[in-house]
Amino acid sequence: MRRPLAPRILAYSVLVLGAIVVAFPLLFALSYSFMTPSEVATYPPPILPSSPNFDNYGTVFATIPIGRYLLNSFVVSAAVVVGQLATASLAAYAFSFLVFRFRTLLFFVFLSTLMIPWEATIIPNYITIRTLGWLDTYQGLAVPFMATAFGTFLLRQAFLQIPRELWDSARIDGASSLRFFRSMVLPLARPALGTVAIYGFLSTYNQYFWPLLITNERLMRTTQVGIAQLRDEETLRWGLIMAGVVMVAVPTLALLVLGQRQLIRGLTAGAVKG
Amino acid sequence: MRFTRRDARELGVGLAYLAPSLILFVAFVFYPLARTFILSLYNTRTTGVPTTFAGADQYTELLSSPTFRDGIVATTFFALYTVPVSIAVSLILAVMLNQRLRGINVFRTMMSSTIAVSAAVGSLIWLLLFNPSLGLLNYVLSLVGVRGPDWLTQPGAAIIAVSITSVWLLLGTNIIVLLAGLQGVPEEIYEAARLDGARGLRLFLRITVPLVSPSLFFLLVVDTINVLQSFTQIHVMTKGGPVDATRTLVYSIYLDAFQNFQFGFASAQAVVLFGIVLALTALQFGVIERRVHYQ
Repeated sequence: MRRPLAPRILAYSVLVLGAIVVAFPLLFALSYSFMTPSEVATYPPPILPSSPNFDNYGTVFATIPIGRYLLNSFVVSAAVVVGQLATASLAAYAFSFLVFRFRTLLFFVFLSTLMIPWEATIIPNYITIRTLGWLDTYQGLAVPFMATAFGTFLLRQAFLQIPRELWDSARIDGASSLRFFRSMVLPLARPALGTVAIYGFLSTYNQYFWPLLITNERLMRTTQVGIAQLRDEETLRWGLIMAGVVMVAVPTLALLVLGQRQLIRGLTAGAVKG
Repeated sequence: MRFTRRDARELGVGLAYLAPSLILFVAFVFYPLARTFILSLYNTRTTGVPTTFAGADQYTELLSSPTFRDGIVATTFFALYTVPVSIAVSLILAVMLNQRLRGINVFRTMMSSTIAVSAAVGSLIWLLLFNPSLGLLNYVLSLVGVRGPDWLTQPGAAIIAVSITSVWLLLGTNIIVLLAGLQGVPEEIYEAARLDGARGLRLFLRITVPLVSPSLFFLLVVDTINVLQSFTQIHVMTKGGPVDATRTLVYSIYLDAFQNFQFGFASAQAVVLFGIVLALTALQFGVIERRVHYQ
């Protein structure tokens, strides 16, 4: 049943208005990234660039090693994703298919890590990383985040959907536990693995506090820290800063558009009782 | 119950699968948590090495410190300004998005876009919007005859500026969670309410809000924990200033540990943070889960 025209136009107008308001800061950053310094400084503040140009983007490359920052962030985020997929899928497999003593207790041990804020443990973690000599290294940035209780929980839910008959017949055929895991469980749970991967990537790529703390060398900074330091170094060049902001935000926004379904599935797993 | 050899073997296999996660959790979650407690009971050298046992000294010092008290006040206002506003705005937007219209997914993606935006990126953009001479915000205010404050140099305005930025950053997550909650409400309930004459605001307050109350309470707890842990907005926008107005608990931990090198004193504050988050989680699991309306 289609609604009559007038209410539909009203509904769309409200939606367009809402979308513009919410997305405004992002569109604003994009617009300012194409402005010259003198245009940024005019009053009243302009909304759109009078003659859009890419100069600011070139200047970002000339001012900071943004390519290296992006590389660092991608390497660390990818390492965390691979690590989380490995540790969480193994643990989730044990929690869904294997039977052993203390299984429930151990599952609660995993879940309890969700109640411990990272910031409350950051001091000893910093000391640990320093003692290991991992300051200014990829492993220092990635290893502490390679286990995930949230991901384990999500994958366990997915593994529990896999019919038990598959497990029974695999056992009768003499397949080992590890082989069943590799050839049946992992392929069947691909969507859930995708959700864990997207979450791991986004949250690592967007980190700020930890990389700020454990990196000092200019070339080991991640994008978030590097871009924020642009602000301290280039206070008055807002067009330049906005160009940097756009370059840092584009990968995550692209990921949002591509992986929206996986993201939504992950977020709502904890929020809505099924 | 006897622990047989078979039990031992099964436990061994199970632990082998859990080991990678468990080792990491012990190294980077449980051990540091215990270590934080221990550090909070000691005086420490500037390198973080504990020297003499201090007992509850750090905690008594904490309680008598005006900076700490102001920090707790700043954290509370930060949460009060941010969480209810963000949830309310998100609920209105989620109701708008919960329509069957052609192209609705484009709007859903646009409005939930802040879920992918990092706190650093958001803070930099809002820093420019709040800029007193170049920023758009004070210009727009001047159009309606309001003289905007120097957002980041006036104590009262700075905490509001950081809160507005956080409200915006939380919108994406909140909208996705609330939209999922709204989509779980069967259309028949609305039909029945409309037949009974409920319309507009009444329908919203009497039917919509109670039915999504599980999602609302989930967000209330999760957003509050999120705000309590916020560091980036403060570090990028205000550095805790002006005159400690935005020196929240997390920022205070950072300053005392990594700028003043008082690791013991900072650890006592980390224990306080842990206690607050634990209490909020307990609240969610214990009290609220039982009271909120579930279908």
